[in-house]
Amino acid sequence: MHEKLDQWQFVMAALAIGVIGTLVLVGWTLWAMKRSEKRRDKAREK
Amino acid sequence: MHGFANPARFLRMARWLMPLMLVPGLILAFGALAWGLFMVPPDRLMGQTVRILFIHVPSAWLGMAGWSTIAIASLVELVWRHPLAGIAARAASVPGAAFTAICLATGSIWARPTWGTWWVWDGRLTSFLILLFLYFGYIALAGAAQRDAAAGEGASRVTAIFGLVGAVNIPIINRSVVWWNSLHQPPSITAGKSTIDAAFLYPLLIAALGFTLIFGGIVLARMRMLLADIQTEARLRRKAMA
Repeated sequence: MHEKLDQWQFVMAALAIGVIGTLVLVGWTLWAMKRSEKRRDKAREK
Repeated sequence: MHGFANPARFLRMARWLMPLMLVPGLILAFGALAWGLFMVPPDRLMGQTVRILFIHVPSAWLGMAGWSTIAIASLVELVWRHPLAGIAARAASVPGAAFTAICLATGSIWARPTWGTWWVWDGRLTSFLILLFLYFGYIALAGAAQRDAAAGEGASRVTAIFGLVGAVNIPIINRSVVWWNSLHQPPSITAGKSTIDAAFLYPLLIAALGFTLIFGGIVLARMRMLLADIQTEARLRRKAMA
């Protein structure tokens, strides 16, 4: 028995995971870096 | 090498190098994904699912490259006591784990229409899953070592030794499809040779280059973050003691 799978659904799901995962990783990294550097600058000012 | 041991010099370099890696990396990676999605013809055997490989293969490469970075940086930390090496190893662990997870997820999605199953416990897939667990262990250990200030250098050395020992999994992943029977195909790109048609090879290489630049940019950004945390901690401790 053959399954009729729509290959495009699998392609889009995989690309969504890859693209969203990469963008979240980049965004979160930059946000965490800015937050840490701001904390350091604040500690220097005190 | 010790010229870069000075954090101030490293930070000056990282400030201009990080965006120089991230911006072209994002353009190349997402451009190559669009190329793979809209311009590449369907494969004779895989059909449309060949397009998944433009994200799956670079993330597999970066999962292994991430742990190789950890192992090399750990060796440099243990042997030469390079002050930034331990920070570089820790900075590579989170993006390495993220790309390993992306590789496993996209590989599983590719396998369902191609092999008829989401997962098989063969050498390649299992050793890659072990790599993800090694990343989790490394991240937890490095976090505990940083938090436990009393543990000091000793804990950092344990983390570095774990990074070195875990590297034994990298050649196992690489050779698994040769050593054991596997549903996973054997290596398609080896030194100087490729069995992939040019229509698929060029966007794949551009995607790999783009994601590698993104990885490098993330590692630099995380090193800046970790250095800032250490400097804040040191300043607060000095103030508390004064």
